[in-house]
Amino acid sequence: MPTLTINGRSLSVDAANDTPLLWAIREQLQMTGTKFGCGAGLCGACTVHVNGEAVRSCQTMVGDVAGKKITTIEGLAAKGDHPLQKAWIAEQVPQCGYCQSGQIMQAASLLAKNPNPTKEEVVAHMDGNLCRCMTYSRIQKAIMRAATEMRTASATGNERRPT
Amino acid sequence: MNKHIESVTPETTDLSRRSFLVGTAAAGLVLGYAGVPGIGEALAAPSNFEPSVWYAIAPDGLVTVTCGKADMGQHIASTMAQIVAEELGAKWSDMRVALASNDPKFNDPVLGAQITGGSWSTMMNFDAMSRAGAAGRIALTEAAAAAMGLPPYFKDELVVRDSMVSHPKSKKQMSFADIVKSGKATKTFTPDELKAIKLKTPDQYTMIGVSVPQLDIPSKTNGTAKYGIDVMLPGMAYGAVVTPPVRFGATVKSVDDSAARKVPGFIKAVTLDDKTGTTSGWVVAVAGTYANAKKAAQALKIDYDGGPNAKVSSQSLLDEAKRLQKLEDSGQFFVKDGDPAAAFGTAAKVLEAEYTTSINIHAPMEPMNATAEFRGDILHIYSGNQFATRSGAIAAGAAGIDPKFVVMHQMWLGGGFGRRLDADMMIPAVQAAKAIGKPVKVIYTRENDMTMDFSRPLTYQKVKAGVDGDGKLVALSHDVVSAWPTARWGIPDFLTPSVDKKGPLDSFTVNGADFFYTVPNHYVRAIKNEMAHNATPSGQLRSVAPGWTFWAVESMIDEIAAAAGKDPAQFRISLLDGAGKNDGGAQRLRNTLLAAMGLAGYGTRQLPKGEGMGVACVSSQERATASWTACVAHVAVAPSGNVTVKKLTVATDVGTQVHPDNIRAQVEGAALWGLSLAMYEKATLKDGGIEQTNFDSYTPLRMSQMPEVAIAVIANGEKATGVGEPAVTVIAPAIGNAIFNASGARVRALPITAEAVKGAMKA
Repeated sequence: MPTLTINGRSLSVDAANDTPLLWAIREQLQMTGTKFGCGAGLCGACTVHVNGEAVRSCQTMVGDVAGKKITTIEGLAAKGDHPLQKAWIAEQVPQCGYCQSGQIMQAASLLAKNPNPTKEEVVAHMDGNLCRCMTYSRIQKAIMRAATEMRTASATGNERRPT
Repeated sequence: MNKHIESVTPETTDLSRRSFLVGTAAAGLVLGYAGVPGIGEALAAPSNFEPSVWYAIAPDGLVTVTCGKADMGQHIASTMAQIVAEELGAKWSDMRVALASNDPKFNDPVLGAQITGGSWSTMMNFDAMSRAGAAGRIALTEAAAAAMGLPPYFKDELVVRDSMVSHPKSKKQMSFADIVKSGKATKTFTPDELKAIKLKTPDQYTMIGVSVPQLDIPSKTNGTAKYGIDVMLPGMAYGAVVTPPVRFGATVKSVDDSAARKVPGFIKAVTLDDKTGTTSGWVVAVAGTYANAKKAAQALKIDYDGGPNAKVSSQSLLDEAKRLQKLEDSGQFFVKDGDPAAAFGTAAKVLEAEYTTSINIHAPMEPMNATAEFRGDILHIYSGNQFATRSGAIAAGAAGIDPKFVVMHQMWLGGGFGRRLDADMMIPAVQAAKAIGKPVKVIYTRENDMTMDFSRPLTYQKVKAGVDGDGKLVALSHDVVSAWPTARWGIPDFLTPSVDKKGPLDSFTVNGADFFYTVPNHYVRAIKNEMAHNATPSGQLRSVAPGWTFWAVESMIDEIAAAAGKDPAQFRISLLDGAGKNDGGAQRLRNTLLAAMGLAGYGTRQLPKGEGMGVACVSSQERATASWTACVAHVAVAPSGNVTVKKLTVATDVGTQVHPDNIRAQVEGAALWGLSLAMYEKATLKDGGIEQTNFDSYTPLRMSQMPEVAIAVIANGEKATGVGEPAVTVIAPAIGNAIFNASGARVRALPITAEAVKGAMKA
């Protein structure tokens, strides 16, 4: 029985190695914040982090992530108060909300590496994540807001680049 | 709403004949309309209190509003709470929402059914929810006055605000929580008393018009919001469906499950026996996990009879539409004013044009799914759905039981857009659960979801216009040929009598064509494309008919203006003169168009070569429920025919805005939907099957394709109207007209392609 290191816990799942990570997370671990959208890596709804990288969990097999550190929307921040989550509320981003776990996880992997992204960098990083409600402009605003907050919090003193 | 829509269940619908009850129950204070007219008074005793609970106030002061509307991202549950809170005087942080079951007591007060669509919800529930809130405030105030020892005539001195009733003169106050705990707030309002309640006037609003934080949003940022796909029941199995290569009409000849049996956890392959006529030729593979159900589904060897539609293609649907349009006696009239035929004979100039739209797929991000569980005599369905009244009946049909034994558990919808008006996803879940004796959750693959969509139908429209010597539009004939999505429901109340008395027509294929322009000779004919109706069972896609009728009308108006040598915006304004039946609406639409023109700077500056602006204005959704909406599109057209949409400026008159920020969110989403349908989304039919299977071949707008969007919301104190859909319909014609303005190329087919633009450019 494979063991997954997920959101800081080690959990064994009753799933074959060729099971998409998405279904192991959703069904075996009953963490349903990670969503199924297309099953083909085309929409981003199932995005999680594996060793800090945003990956499509529908295209990642359980056998490929043994020993790696997996983070889902439930584990992004213990109290759901990651700067991106706060920014998503402040900008009132979600409509139906179904894609937003994936959007937030995708955005988090950007800000972890690039605390001061330009609008173009945001678009390039987020373009694989579909939002059928078309909340794209609010997603952009929320990412910029979170980036500002994270920079302020870390007091690195970087000036915000024009967007 | 169309005037023809009458109550589906009139006896439970007319709130004007129902008492309103405020009573104490174990859970606190419950408030709602009496279930049956006339017996409310008898139920006033708290021990018997069981009204249509629209909201409840718990002893801790939390107010929970139960929303009978499907919430698919339009935040309607939060909006209902906001309308109640305004009149009740509750603090926003005390408000909560719950999603209703399919109990008829949660039916829409106007529609008499549980159905969510048409951008109708706010408009049709505003008065009832306001009165429910006000009745609660009155009951709480009277109880507080008694508890404070004030004589009843002091009650006008009490102030209700932020969940607190206070008496400034005596400095006494009491919280809603304490009043509820006192158990004294019990009151029955007769229908006349309820009607006599004086609601707040807009100048007294403290909640309506304020962008309060949407109650559902936090749960949609941390993964805790529960959608249908997230339902987990003990002992549940999973189903993956295998759908045939033909959209509709195929049958299963044989199923070989020998390979599927080798899949771990495989339970059974169930061939659907669908007497509701919703699906055809489907098999569901059931296993212990979804991954294994999918593996088993892939391992099934199924032999099909393709049925009568196995050779139908998009081209054959279009050819059939053209054939039907040419027939004199096709279809039925939706509008028949004057005599266009005679007017064409005397017109100085006659223009004719054909407009088409392709098949379009809803593709909400949450693929269709449903979980079915038989518990005792009751069938429980867990699925996010827009039409509980009809869907419950279909689930019952699939189970072979009476609909009264079906309980629908509403969930948050991971997108609706009209797709979840249908109940197809419940049929495999019900029949699989019945076959294996366990709860089953069925989840469509994206491929199932796309190829089995109840799509926006392929449409063909022929428009003919006559202009007199002064360039005035004197005659317009408009034929609309399509599948009839709403006729598929088989509910007579949703069809419209034709003006030529040739039987009912599906007005959800022609709405919008009955525009607010003054044209003395005007007819609109609705023609059912039976071939398309059978081969591509169609559905209601966000904005429905106005998504294609305004494509034709607003493009044609532009063509006429160009032929008459007039500015297309000014030409529209001259047609919006408010004569006769157009009085009121035409002026509002004109003003909205002017607002969009002003915001966009229309006609104020010279644009660079290859750029242009186009306008369109619409009265979506229906004449009776219009939100007046106009768009100015600014585009750049390359010599290759490639179109870049630089900016969309949208103005919309919504009467009263309950939640300004939400209106902007909805209008922006709708406008981008309009852009996506205009430029990026196309489905095609070949050999009876939809060719596009996933987001690589069916390609909704992505972030990188988003232009600048500017929005002006006009709130002039008229009744609140809907905002979820109208802006979808105004975009495509505005873009088409902008392309013409920029390049002289007139496009008449959606989606717009670079090839079509290049081909239409003058050499």
